[in-house]
Amino acid sequence: MDVRVTNVRKEFDRFPALHDVSLDIHSGELIALLGPSGSGKTTLLRLIAGLEMPTTGRIYFGDTDASEWTVQQRNIGFVFQHYALFRHMTILENVSFGLKVRPRSTRPPANEIRRRAMELLDLVQLSGLEKRYPNQLSGGQRQRVALARALAIEPAVLLLDEPFGALDAQVRRELRKWLREIHDRTGHTTVFVTHDQEEALELSDRLCVMSQGKVEQVGTPDTIYDQPSSPFVFGFIGESSHLPVNLNDGDIRFGSLSLGQAAGPLSAGPARLFFRPHDVDLVDPGTGLNGAIVASRRVGGTRRVELDLGVGQLVEIDVPFDQPFNQSGAISFRPRRWQLFPAAERGI
Amino acid sequence: MATKLTARRSRKTSPTSETPLVQGLLIALSLLFMGVILLLPLYAVFHEALIKGPGAYFAALLEPDAQSAIRLTLLVAAIAVPLNLVFGVAASWAIAKFEFKGKAFLITLIDLPFSVSPVISGLVYVLLFGAGSVLGPVLKSYGIEVLFALPGIVLATIFVTFPFVARELIPLMQDQGTGDEEAALSLGANGWQTFFLVTLPNIKWGLLYGVLLCNARAMGEFGAVAVVSGKIRGQTTTIPLQVEMLYNEYNATAAFALASLLALLALVTLVLKSALEWRFSAEIAAGNH
Repeated sequence: MDVRVTNVRKEFDRFPALHDVSLDIHSGELIALLGPSGSGKTTLLRLIAGLEMPTTGRIYFGDTDASEWTVQQRNIGFVFQHYALFRHMTILENVSFGLKVRPRSTRPPANEIRRRAMELLDLVQLSGLEKRYPNQLSGGQRQRVALARALAIEPAVLLLDEPFGALDAQVRRELRKWLREIHDRTGHTTVFVTHDQEEALELSDRLCVMSQGKVEQVGTPDTIYDQPSSPFVFGFIGESSHLPVNLNDGDIRFGSLSLGQAAGPLSAGPARLFFRPHDVDLVDPGTGLNGAIVASRRVGGTRRVELDLGVGQLVEIDVPFDQPFNQSGAISFRPRRWQLFPAAERGI
Repeated sequence: MATKLTARRSRKTSPTSETPLVQGLLIALSLLFMGVILLLPLYAVFHEALIKGPGAYFAALLEPDAQSAIRLTLLVAAIAVPLNLVFGVAASWAIAKFEFKGKAFLITLIDLPFSVSPVISGLVYVLLFGAGSVLGPVLKSYGIEVLFALPGIVLATIFVTFPFVARELIPLMQDQGTGDEEAALSLGANGWQTFFLVTLPNIKWGLLYGVLLCNARAMGEFGAVAVVSGKIRGQTTTIPLQVEMLYNEYNATAAFALASLLALLALVTLVLKSALEWRFSAEIAAGNH
């Protein structure tokens, strides 16, 4: 089901957690709400769920205004970071809960409830554990039970609040792949909150990057990574370095060195140039940005070095791990790809 | 010398624990203290009660005024404890699960009965419902006697025992948060279903524990009840009042026979409480996910 969030503002005790947020969620997609803590991503998720009510703005489920609907009326599946399994119920009872509490008129018969719960436990690969209690399961297993429980009510939208946040790295990676498979098989419209960019980039069809209660950019992982629309997104997603530059008739200059031509609206005055540490070419001394090596550390298959370009300007670039350094301990490079932002814009 | 001593000790015990000698002394001291202050009087109660043999003991318990006191005590507890159970759950629910203005004040209010002398609590009801009050004569004109009757005793008991259930539940419910309730609501459960299927099972051991303490105090309350009951023998005397009256009449055997019932109640409560604590802590540890 399509979900549309339009101009939503949410205040807690007069303190705004979301400013005028709008977001279109497409039917059947897996979308990530990504941002640092305090960016409002969980608040947005809870507003969609109906666990919070917006101060102003509307939320539509399909074409219907669902802003005033209770959480029960919205028929959503919610998965909590800390699972929130009912500890006094078995796994099977947990998964059946949503069907058992239905009014008599819409409640399936007991054997049908059981059959569906068992089917879902099979889907989340927990067959045989239905008689266990939550505290007898590992974290990863508990989160799979929580997902099965949410799926049991055949939700219009599946909402996950940092579903892998409490798990260790390896289980997290496994569950991530597995959630993608489940999504592709069941086709539920899914929204999940995360502060882990790697998780968001790998798992989602689209990302919504948030910061300080605002949506910074919405797009596919490729768009977000390759064409960040703000210094914040550039800095938050992936590694980045930036330089203060001057634009002179579209000519990008750092000191007296010309780095290339600026395309786009900026043409004159100070600006900031952002680039990825791996998007650089090493060049002969004197023909590029010249920096003294301040620090160097091994990152996977490459070496990341911190360079001092003079006047206290530090940048990070990646060089091959077997790159020989010359006697002076200096490196010359030119950014291969970059993005320009006005000098005053906020960011990292 | 000092380093040598520390090194030797660290091999045997953890840094926070004392040498066996100190440990032994501390344990002996606390045992001695408990023996003198707690166990000796308990023994004395049963000893005095049975000093003239089991015949006199049971005769004292079966005596009509004693029977009436036992019945009244049970009746008062049967009314006050369920009411405090409901009030306690409601108050702790409100405090633990909602944010509202005056929350700190409400928590202070719940503690009030603990900080006020029970005699004062009783006197408050005398002021509220006595002959010189506004409410008393009005209620009396409708035939409702509050003071020197069952309603007054129940009110005073509720007042004194109110904190037990709430005090037990508030930290527990605050610790558990609202995640389980939100999960239940998101799965389509209504408010009542959420309460009875999720919240109540989550707090049942803590609740039982609070009710036990509340009950023990309700049956044993003396001060507040003494003020409002008027001590009409065979009508408004509860067990603790009856014990005091018998004792003042130098009827030690009968007094201690009745007192032994309260002591027995205390012992049963203690055993149940320990059993619950054992069960309860296991559940808390396991449920801590």
